Amino acid sequence: MDFLNALVALSNFVLVPAIAYGSQLALGALGVTLIYGILRFSNFAHGDTMAFGAMIAVLVTWGLQAAGVSFGPLPTALLALPFAILGCIVLVLITDRLVYRFYREQKAKPVILVIVSMGVMFIMNGLVRFIIGPDDQRFSDGARFIVSARDFKAMTGLREGLAIKTSQGITVIVAVVAVALLFWFLNKTRTGKSMRAYSDNEDLALLSGINPERVVMITWIIVAALATTAGVLYGLDKSFKPFVYFQLLLPIFASAIVGGLGNPIGAIAGGFIIAFSEVTITYAWKKVLTYVAPESLEPSGLVQFLSTDYKFAVSFVILLIVLLFKPTGLFKGKAV
Amino acid sequence: MKKLLTATAATALLAGTAMAEDVKLGVLFGFTGPIESLAPAMGSGAELAMAEVTESGKLLEGATVTASRADTGCIDNGLATSNGERMIADGVAGIIGGDCSGVTGAILQNVAIPNGMVMISPSATSPGLSTMEDNGLFFRTAPSDAREGEVMADILKDRGINSIALTYTNNDYGKGLADAIQSSFEAAGGEVTIVAAHEDGKADYSAEVGALASAGGDILVVAGYLDQGGLGIIQSALDSGAFDTFGLPGGMIGDSLPANVGPDLNGSFGQIAGSGGEGAEKYFAMAEAAGFDGSSPYSPESYDAAALFMLAMQAAGSTAPADYGAKIMDVANEPGEKIYPGELAKGLELLAAGQDIDYVGASGVELIGPGESAGSYREIEVTDGENKTVNFR
Repeated sequence: MDFLNALVALSNFVLVPAIAYGSQLALGALGVTLIYGILRFSNFAHGDTMAFGAMIAVLVTWGLQAAGVSFGPLPTALLALPFAILGCIVLVLITDRLVYRFYREQKAKPVILVIVSMGVMFIMNGLVRFIIGPDDQRFSDGARFIVSARDFKAMTGLREGLAIKTSQGITVIVAVVAVALLFWFLNKTRTGKSMRAYSDNEDLALLSGINPERVVMITWIIVAALATTAGVLYGLDKSFKPFVYFQLLLPIFASAIVGGLGNPIGAIAGGFIIAFSEVTITYAWKKVLTYVAPESLEPSGLVQFLSTDYKFAVSFVILLIVLLFKPTGLFKGKAV
Repeated sequence: MKKLLTATAATALLAGTAMAEDVKLGVLFGFTGPIESLAPAMGSGAELAMAEVTESGKLLEGATVTASRADTGCIDNGLATSNGERMIADGVAGIIGGDCSGVTGAILQNVAIPNGMVMISPSATSPGLSTMEDNGLFFRTAPSDAREGEVMADILKDRGINSIALTYTNNDYGKGLADAIQSSFEAAGGEVTIVAAHEDGKADYSAEVGALASAGGDILVVAGYLDQGGLGIIQSALDSGAFDTFGLPGGMIGDSLPANVGPDLNGSFGQIAGSGGEGAEKYFAMAEAAGFDGSSPYSPESYDAAALFMLAMQAAGSTAPADYGAKIMDVANEPGEKIYPGELAKGLELLAAGQDIDYVGASGVELIGPGESAGSYREIEVTDGENKTVNFR
């Protein structure tokens, strides 16, 4: 019984939140890694692209709610997601046409493109604040829980409760579907193959007749879809606030680099590694250990390795360690 | 020599009458900045007391009292200090202010002490101001947060709670209040399992709540802001089933919290500075007649601050800070006849006749220690999605 209590407490405070957070990071990191693989620069504007996509989802959700449309127990935001993706695609294609294409034609060095993307980041950041304001926005509706802590306790008679929020369930399912679609596209379709060829060797790909502008356009479309999905899922699960997406940039980049930049599988693995490290290192293990350890070994302190204030420091440290010992990342991406 | 003496005497006489005719009181609040929504009702409260006294014509044989408003920006020490200095140059007889704790300390150090000017703040609550060296020049009609810690410890004890987890918003206010709650509760024999800070404005508080839940405790006390991290912590704690009852200090009391959290908040409790009873009711009615909201936070305290100045001047028979400063504690506390809002004329008459008064005012003024309000608190319990006042302390 004690063991079960420990397991439930662990799931409630570590496993479930970390899996949901990991999925959100993985979707974000996939976008970063695709841009790096194909357009060959680190896109600092990614966090704010997520914010822009999520913002459109919020606005469309409000519209749907006002029109009385709902999605039963599921959040209305899922209905708004396709519109948000479309809006985000328009934004990134316009940005590419106005900004990035100019530097691509100049054959600008990656470091210049990184700085350019930083400028784009500030503009998108301002755009989002200008349209929806800097404050928290609530747009989740539908059933809040799949299993609530109170019901779980009543059902099982355990002392610990397990809560799984609807948003957490949806996050995992949507992430799995999105990743499956992406891999199918990259590995099975002609366009996907041409993208991979372009990423592996640009000159050879050009010689074999691949249209580079088309590859770039498809990449942006996929990245916009991934970013919007990640942004909406994060907003549903936590809350929508423009500044928070800007802060997400660090763990997202850490995920992509740890997994190996340019490697999609690495991005997913990296997302979960970062999420689990952040959560387990800042979690106070006292409760779980009290259930499992024999009485004589019961911990007196909190058994917390790092205060939660240092959450972002965890991604920094992992990033440093990986860059020092394995600069190409765990899954053999490109060197930064 | 004789001429000179006569001239001096005449000047002194003239100056004396000039003072008696018009007394200027500085009103130094944050009319811009983080509490700009509260400042207008505070300023109106102070001016209401001045108008009442002027109308009565009882202060120092018919003196009029006028207000001179200036801005502190709430968090702008430079602005507050320069405006304070300008007031001194304008010849104010006392300063009602500042409002936020930080600028109040700055005005005290840089303006009031060098110029020997008396200040009464209606809203600075930092415990740090209790120990600041003030040469007997600083008073406040708002209680220190240290007092709120004692009140909260009493409430917890009375409700049979023996252990709490404590989280605070990571700034001077949150830290000071958390320290006060912890020390008072431990002194009363309670156990504080963890004291952890949280940052405002984050999207996700599950990690913070995980640590708090692991430490355990009968309830979770959240010394934060109801529109900020405090709300996030409560939401996340309820979602994960970590705690289901919460202790809510002043910054967490407001209508938006029960509305945002929903029925799960029922049964949580806390306290906020404020008094009920005769004085407050009278003041609210007077404020309504004057066209502003008297129940706005710290508006009653502002009225009381202005009233204390004028009563002390009457008691000392002088508008010089050095003379009346020492009288402030006398008029505010027992013994003497109790004076409520709207009765300032009566108070002035009694003082003129050489009798003692005990100014109660709108906020139940009772100055203790280094000249700060003992503070009365409303004990709040969330019932059916509303903050209900269940007790006064």
